[in-house]
Amino acid sequence: MDAVSTRSEYRKREESITLSPLEEQLAVQRDPSGGVTEVLTLNIGPHHPATHGVLRLLVTLEGEVVRDLRPIIGYVHTGIEKTAEDKAYWKVIPVVERMDYLSYYFNAMAFCGAVETLLECEVPKRAQYLRVIHLELNRIMSHLVWLGTSALDLGAMSMFWYCFRERELILDLFEQSSGQRMHTRYFQVGGVIEDIPRGFEEKLREFIAIMPGRVDQYNDLLKRNEILLQRLRGTCPLDEESLLALGVTGPLLRAAGNPWDLRKAAPYSSYEDFSFKIPVGTVGDNYDRYAVRVAEIYESVKIIEQALDGLPEGPYITGDRKVALPPRHELATSMEALIHHFKLVTEGFRPPPGEVYYPIESPRGELGCFVRSDGSAKPARVHMRDPSFVNLQATAAMTRGAYIADLIATLAMLDPILGGIDR
Amino acid sequence: MPDQVGLELIATALGEAIPGSVLETTFFRERAAVHVAPASVRQVLSTLKQNHGYRALMSVHGVDYYPHEPRLGVHYELLDMDRVDRLSVKLRVPLDEPNVESVTPDWPTANHQEREVFDMFGVYFDGHPDLRRILMPEDYEGHPQRRDFPLGGEPVLFTHNEVSSPGWTR
Repeated sequence: MDAVSTRSEYRKREESITLSPLEEQLAVQRDPSGGVTEVLTLNIGPHHPATHGVLRLLVTLEGEVVRDLRPIIGYVHTGIEKTAEDKAYWKVIPVVERMDYLSYYFNAMAFCGAVETLLECEVPKRAQYLRVIHLELNRIMSHLVWLGTSALDLGAMSMFWYCFRERELILDLFEQSSGQRMHTRYFQVGGVIEDIPRGFEEKLREFIAIMPGRVDQYNDLLKRNEILLQRLRGTCPLDEESLLALGVTGPLLRAAGNPWDLRKAAPYSSYEDFSFKIPVGTVGDNYDRYAVRVAEIYESVKIIEQALDGLPEGPYITGDRKVALPPRHELATSMEALIHHFKLVTEGFRPPPGEVYYPIESPRGELGCFVRSDGSAKPARVHMRDPSFVNLQATAAMTRGAYIADLIATLAMLDPILGGIDR
Repeated sequence: MPDQVGLELIATALGEAIPGSVLETTFFRERAAVHVAPASVRQVLSTLKQNHGYRALMSVHGVDYYPHEPRLGVHYELLDMDRVDRLSVKLRVPLDEPNVESVTPDWPTANHQEREVFDMFGVYFDGHPDLRRILMPEDYEGHPQRRDFPLGGEPVLFTHNEVSSPGWTR
């Protein structure tokens, strides 16, 4: 017990992550002719452009072949889960949004969903559709950042500009509906903060009209590109069984042929109303991971279009005044509204004691939010099961025996977001 | 989620297979949970995997129930992908003996997650292949997610206070 918390043991523990036992084992194995086998332990990161953040990898190499790999994380640990325990429920939303900084709508959705389940709060249909529109826009945005940076890793420099060009359109839409481009705080417990403004729909329709064509262009550039195919096709495959054992979900699992998607399997926020397909791969190599994500962009566009066409009339946030702020105009005329406003802003609401785990499908897999309420106005525990954190464990299994160049490609296809991993 | 009857059936079957393992069942907001004795958790999870179809472990997380005793809790979120069914397995351990058998040998996905619970709450997973801190620095003292761990008060290291800082550069 003391051995872990005392400082004097520090050096000894650093030693434990240099993989020296493996080096010895390999040296013994590969030494039949009396020759000397050189095994190299290489440190990659934490500050390295190919690690997509501050991920540190200790890689044991034999020549150019990866024999083992250990991820070391925690460089951007910000203690968001701890911070959340000191804030009223509705003030937690902006901090959880900053966990996985590319899928802020998803973090907010998982948290709000968990709190709504605790409160047994009904979300109006219009709010559910508005949530779906923004979630799917966010999914496209996240995949665009992934595609741009991954292609950059593989040497396709211009892809980065094209992807970020389309990402700008989405960020403009976010800005229009909520005033912020990132970390929008658009989702509230019980609905969304505001109805979409005038002009949003036309702009969104423009976006829906051009986006599939733009993805076609990406495909023209990449899909049959010989350099890309050689880097991705057949590299670092992992079968479905191993992925499931490692807890991997999302596009990585679907690339191996398992059509598990929570939007279809256990629909939340009215996903059952929309018709869309789940792209799946066949062998689960890097090319499948790439193809599944790109195909998902088309499906997301379809969902957005259906949600926009079928957008029901009605309130955009729950009418429960104990949970949602009263409209501004009521404050001048209604004493009751003023009291509710005061109570919500100063103290917040008190969900009944209980524990809820609320999973949703984020761009990277199952994003679950665990919220424990002890009956007070602040959550007693907020935990995010972040897909990147769990998926990262599969890196070693995928890349063992592959070339180090393929390790970089695999890391790109894994799409880890370090903000979500370290939280 | 299994309904309340299904949950009781699972709990009874578990209690018969591993005597003394099931302490309680809760059914809250359509979410089923089995509370088990800490010593039996690995057996319980593998029984649920083999006999009840819960083949995926989606999440392992820690909870601090301060001021209630026993204080620390570990939750396992199981998933059956065929029936789209979820079940939580929960256990509680006291602060003075925070030992739980690791499930990493059966479920490789628990590796990082158990390390996180160890890091944040100080629950020791016996039989874990590589139980080290994961998010906090290796020489960090204390377990920050415990409810009695204070917020803030962490001095930030700058060049001007390098000498007087609490020994990080020593």
